[in-house]
Amino acid sequence: MSKKILVLSLIFAFILLSACGPAKPKVPYGGELKVGVNAEITGAIPTVGEACVAGAEIARDEINGAGGVEIGGQKYTIALVVQDNENKPESAAAVARRLVTEDKVLVHIGANASKNAIPAGGVCNELECPMISPWSTNPYTTLRRPWVFRVPFIDSFQAGVNAWFGMDEFKATKGAVLFDIGSDACYFQGHFFKRVWEGLGGEMVAFTTFTTGDKDFTAQLTKIKDSGAEVLYVPQYYDEVPLIVKQANRLGLTPKGGGTIRIIGHDGWESPDLIKLCGEDCDGLFFTTHWALDIAGEKTQAFIQKFRDKVGKDPESTGGLTYDAVYLFVQALKNCGELTGDLAKDRKCIRDGLAAVKGFEGVTGTMTPTSEGDMIKSVHIVQVDAKGNRFKWYRTVDPAAYEAALSEHGLSVEDLMK
Amino acid sequence: MKKYYVPLGLIGLFIVLTGASWLGLFSDYIQTVLIFMGINVILTVSLNLVNGYMGEFSVGHAGFMAIGAYITAIITTRVIPHFVLGAPLIPTGLYPPEVGTWAKGPAVQLVFPVILLLGGLGAALAGLLVAVPSFKIRGDYLAIITLAFNYIVKSSFENTQALGGSRGLVSIPRITTVPWVFLWAVVSLWAIRNFIYSSYGRGVLAIREDEIAAELMTVNTRRSKILAFCISSFFAGIGGGLLAHLLLYINPTTFSIFKSTEVLVMVYLGGMSSVSGSLLGAIAYTVLVEVLRPLGLWKWVVIPLLLIFLMLFRREGIYGGREFKLLLPKEEVKGYASATD
Amino acid sequence: MMYVLQQLVNAVQLGSIYALIALGYSMVYGVLFMVNFAHGDVFMVGAFVAFFAATLLKLPFVPTLLLSMLGTAFLGMTIERVAYRPLRTAPKLSVVITAWGVGLFLEYITLASLGPWRRTLPPLLPEQVYEIQEVRISALQLIIIGVSIGLMVLLDFVVERTQEGMAMRAIAYDRFAVPLMGVPVNRIISLTFAIGSGLAAAGGTLFSTAYPIIEPMMGMMIGWKAFIAAVVGGIGSIRGAVVGAFLLGLIEIGTGAIFPSRLRDLISFVVVWIILMIKPTGFFGVARRQKV
Repeated sequence: MSKKILVLSLIFAFILLSACGPAKPKVPYGGELKVGVNAEITGAIPTVGEACVAGAEIARDEINGAGGVEIGGQKYTIALVVQDNENKPESAAAVARRLVTEDKVLVHIGANASKNAIPAGGVCNELECPMISPWSTNPYTTLRRPWVFRVPFIDSFQAGVNAWFGMDEFKATKGAVLFDIGSDACYFQGHFFKRVWEGLGGEMVAFTTFTTGDKDFTAQLTKIKDSGAEVLYVPQYYDEVPLIVKQANRLGLTPKGGGTIRIIGHDGWESPDLIKLCGEDCDGLFFTTHWALDIAGEKTQAFIQKFRDKVGKDPESTGGLTYDAVYLFVQALKNCGELTGDLAKDRKCIRDGLAAVKGFEGVTGTMTPTSEGDMIKSVHIVQVDAKGNRFKWYRTVDPAAYEAALSEHGLSVEDLMK
Repeated sequence: MKKYYVPLGLIGLFIVLTGASWLGLFSDYIQTVLIFMGINVILTVSLNLVNGYMGEFSVGHAGFMAIGAYITAIITTRVIPHFVLGAPLIPTGLYPPEVGTWAKGPAVQLVFPVILLLGGLGAALAGLLVAVPSFKIRGDYLAIITLAFNYIVKSSFENTQALGGSRGLVSIPRITTVPWVFLWAVVSLWAIRNFIYSSYGRGVLAIREDEIAAELMTVNTRRSKILAFCISSFFAGIGGGLLAHLLLYINPTTFSIFKSTEVLVMVYLGGMSSVSGSLLGAIAYTVLVEVLRPLGLWKWVVIPLLLIFLMLFRREGIYGGREFKLLLPKEEVKGYASATD
Repeated sequence: MMYVLQQLVNAVQLGSIYALIALGYSMVYGVLFMVNFAHGDVFMVGAFVAFFAATLLKLPFVPTLLLSMLGTAFLGMTIERVAYRPLRTAPKLSVVITAWGVGLFLEYITLASLGPWRRTLPPLLPEQVYEIQEVRISALQLIIIGVSIGLMVLLDFVVERTQEGMAMRAIAYDRFAVPLMGVPVNRIISLTFAIGSGLAAAGGTLFSTAYPIIEPMMGMMIGWKAFIAAVVGGIGSIRGAVVGAFLLGLIEIGTGAIFPSRLRDLISFVVVWIILMIKPTGFFGVARRQKV
């Protein structure tokens, strides 16, 4: 009996103690603006998380080094609250909830992979905290969510460009796709690629899937080889691509293995680890992404150098995109004009400030958010240069050119979205 | 006076917890932890019925949770909006349907228990799928059946695009609150405790001790097994439904074998064949996970080590085979006192 | 036809790797009647040891394989001594929970100390591909199948023809009478774990040469699949483990080839369910009689 009372009183004490909070400071937020970072630090794509955190830290150091941000006559420093979402959607949602309610951040930056960003976005939208995803390209993330914004372009653009590029570059008509049915981004891209490919007059001869975590693709690849495809679209992340490409080479699908099928990819390929894990097998393959280091402008070059100094390798686009996300937040603060210390009010003000951004010049391009919170930007196509250990710029496709190519076939972007 | 200890205490606790949450004395974080505690209690005590009292080894509890969670989530994200807002039942094209803000209204509080019941019933039906094989199969092989069941449920949801496939269901409305979880936790504890001390429950205990002898003693083992599995999965389904409306997002991997094993850990931590043990085990585990959170990844190095130490040095868990005297029916107290002396 | 043969080759390769792991499950179950849920993670440790042997020590294939097998065998024996032996008289469930705890511990300590970065093994085996009438088989696949079968034959020899093997079979038959016959039970059980873990490590090394990306959680799914293979074949039976493993490889590749690949896991599990309903103790499993 006494043991039970002890246990119960301990629980009560714990609850009561944690319910007491700190006193309210005079300067809003004590002069420190909390920025939540929801990143994939552990899990299958750790280089993405690493680049994201590094990009945010570089931005923070720059801002605080210059004395902070001045809003409404008051100077504020930026403090990052970094949490790991383990590249799991449930964890991403839990982290978002924790950042918003427990850490009381003013803005939630992240998550990166769309399968994490979509649930995190749901939570942020529900709890009314502005969210900026640096890397998620799936339209779901911002769709009908006024509180969620993003920095990159969306997949209805990217996957479409991939389809058009595959047809145009390789003069192909027979296409195939191999994608992970367990990941939002990959699923959407696979389906959208098919839509555009067929819309442009091509034939989809193999549309195969696998599940997250699969290592053996020989069954699917053999099917694809048999189908007579000319282009194979693999919208996967850099940790799965090496296995797929190596097995494809071994089975004789690709030019490297004696076949004729061309493999193309998307921004999930972009990581320094791709070449480390794939090596010569991936040499010469193309994929779409957010920037190309060899054609970077001055501002971008400065960032790249800072990233190199900090992390010891070339940044992948997540780094630059997160850097831009932090500066977008700063721009939103400036648009807002004043912070009151009332969290709900300030979050709304920042959200409106984000929506009001026009022609923001970041290291990943110039951007203005649409009414959904997406950014219209160009897609860059790069090629893997295994020997040089880098990605070589090949081509840039801007939205206008893409739309023109579509309308030549009687298609429009809106039609494809239905 | 003694007879009223328990109900009064419960009402008092309910008022304190609900009031503090409603007034904002408990931060959202504390409330979330309390809700997790409550859900864990429901899951642990329901699994203890099968693993502890009936002596089976069921490792697929998350499968039943998944069924309850999906049924309730589909109702709140598709079915009700369909009738209220005219939204499409099955998403057209590649985009998810609109959920709308009906969930913020008061009507949802009245409907929620009904929705949860439906989820629990669905899970209970699924419990039959495991109960029937258990007639002939026992021990490790039944464990495999339950394991396969867990995976089959997960795989089925992954492959059903109409239910969101592996990408899951988003924008589930937040309806789970501290009072709801408290209520359901109390209901589950009360129901299972009453079941154990009923004649059906005796049958379950008899099966654990010696199934063949029980059959010879006119215990209807088939009926007992069905009852035990179905009650267990019913509450697992309720737990799943509550969880879905807390996380606001579910996908098949939320209910993988890892979740099942977490519930197993709570059962063994608290102690088998003990309702009080389940309560303590669930609370202890939830608190432990929160307390160790600052360790980050190393949390999952410490917890298995603790588990191993527990197995090596205190096999019966915190309260295995024992009960709080308050929870025992009057008739049991005398026998219990003499048995544990 | 060639398509079928190609898929068959793929299935045999997958099956032989499953077999190496399934054998460990069956052997341990045979002597101790416990399911060693840490076995899948032992497989993962084997892969990591191979990784370090190949990259840090720059060893070629055979020494890497041997080092991996020896190191992991040692790990297996240590686990048995520390975590399972004290529980030998405890109810079976305690050991199973402990095994699961050990597995989790291995996974997370690897993740926490080595980081989440995916690592790849340097190419240790020749990359040649042979083409026989449009069916492609690589030197890699041949070596994997060859080494697996070789190890299985070796195991069969040890179990059937040596004294230690006889002792293992005796313990499986009657655990309590055997020590009375002067058999050093503890030593034999340690040996069983050593062999089982060594085989899993071989599986891990071969797996990492076939699918060269390794990470701390890789043992989880593979472990469950190999376990299911062992059960379908009849857990406790060595022959059963091999049969179950190849059957599972066939089912997986087969369903991937015929049905949409996303149904593969689902169909595999349903097949397992059906097999267990028809023959609850697996193909070669022995039904244990319960005395009333």
